[in-house]
Amino acid sequence: MVNPERYRVLVGGVARGELLRLGEPLSLWGGLDPATGLIVDRNHSRVGTSVLGRIVVMPHGRGSSSSSSVLAEALRLGTAPAGFILSEPDAILVIGSLVANRLYSTSCPILCGPEPGGWAGTWEIDHNQLAQVPA
Amino acid sequence: MLRGEAGKAAGLAMELLVATAEAEDAPALLDITGAHIDGCLYHGQAGFDFARTIVERGGRVKVPTTLNVSSLDLLHPDLYRGPAHIAVAARELMDAYVEMGCSPTWTCAPYQLPTRPRLGDQIAWGESNAVVFANSVLGARTSRYGDFLDICCALTGRAPSVGLHTDEGRLAKLVIEVDVPTHLLDDELLYPVLGHLLGQVAGTEVAVLVGLDHRATEDRLKALGAAAASSGAVAMFHVAGVTPEAATLNEATGGRLPSREVTITVDDLTRARRSLGRGDGPLAAVSVGTPHFSVAELGELARLVTGQRTLVPFYVNTSRDVLAEAERQGSIAPIERFGATLVTDTCTYITPIIDAVVGVVMTNSGKWAFYAPGNLGVEVAFGGLGACVDSAVAGEVAQGAEW
Repeated sequence: MVNPERYRVLVGGVARGELLRLGEPLSLWGGLDPATGLIVDRNHSRVGTSVLGRIVVMPHGRGSSSSSSVLAEALRLGTAPAGFILSEPDAILVIGSLVANRLYSTSCPILCGPEPGGWAGTWEIDHNQLAQVPA
Repeated sequence: MLRGEAGKAAGLAMELLVATAEAEDAPALLDITGAHIDGCLYHGQAGFDFARTIVERGGRVKVPTTLNVSSLDLLHPDLYRGPAHIAVAARELMDAYVEMGCSPTWTCAPYQLPTRPRLGDQIAWGESNAVVFANSVLGARTSRYGDFLDICCALTGRAPSVGLHTDEGRLAKLVIEVDVPTHLLDDELLYPVLGHLLGQVAGTEVAVLVGLDHRATEDRLKALGAAAASSGAVAMFHVAGVTPEAATLNEATGGRLPSREVTITVDDLTRARRSLGRGDGPLAAVSVGTPHFSVAELGELARLVTGQRTLVPFYVNTSRDVLAEAERQGSIAPIERFGATLVTDTCTYITPIIDAVVGVVMTNSGKWAFYAPGNLGVEVAFGGLGACVDSAVAGEVAQGAEW
């Protein structure tokens, strides 16, 4: 489907992956195991789900300020999401992505804007756009 | 500074700071008078690589900077039960931050140090409970600084002028009426449970709580804020008539109509209390002091445990500075005679200290109850400090009174 929205770019880059709609915020610290990429927050409705290579869609970050370290570590280990779509800006995720890029040349774009209208298939973040990749 | 004339580390810090400020739509940077660093807690190679990069580039903090808990208790190193190579890396990470000129305070409650910030001070703090306390209870001004960004602010003495650093960003948009019988305000357990609900209701918004009074002491607001910053991304709340920027409801909202009004009832609180302590089974251990216990809380614990003996491992987390002061006041000897283990510089929910347990771990902390199941894989029982002590003495979970 065509997604006409133009997003605010919090961290630039290109990413491709299936969407993972979390529905509620996730604190990566205490919520994501960087060794496996699995959600481990037992209070979260998506506990047990893998974020690896997915474009994670969530309202905003939550909880601990250590989440930037966890994101950077997950990016180093290759277990991180491909990118994020947030409803509100989140400096904690932004700095985690930026630092991992400086240290390890990883890419994890973060956009801010509305959730897309559809969910199925593979999606691509390209600069300020989020579009479904034709099957 | 961006071009690196003030040193390579400050140049890198400024580059990251500016990129983050742009993401937040900050119109400018402002000067800060202090920082508190969360990045000294070991979460893996990435945090270590970043700290080494800063040290190798000659990074020195520009403002007085305190350090959060780490993974190790340097005063009681035998408490650590994790892998040796992690301990080595964690220690090197701690040393790197001290090398940058940070003070080795090793506490998640820097607001309990003698040099805490004051009303109106612009600061850059990490550690979610410290952030919410600084903004709400002290009236100092800080955003929620994540690992890396906190030290970038300290290395440059600057922070993005946005959100809670501004008058506008500190106004309450959400009014929460706490509709409970007045005697419940004497129950210490009310405050972390209320905080847990506040986090769920407020998310990232600044709320003002109405219906509390002078019984919401600093330590109770600490418990409330820590729980709210765990279940939500709460970085500031007001309590009408209690906190420094909310002499009245009108001052807290800036005289504007709130975008939302929510009422919290005893039923809501009872449900939240149950959700924090789902643990069922034999009592394996007790852990209190998340955030780090204050001198007053250690005094209260000493009073409760005098003449008693715990049947299970009983951990008390606090800072080395508070420990020294409580020792001077005579609170530590009775706690040790009770059989409790004092933990400093770290906390039982972030590093392997508690032995593999069969059964539940009891705590009086909403934050510990929230994170420990995921971090440690334990079941939690939740109760007030008195109930924690009673349970430890009985060797089984003693529930406090129903609300």
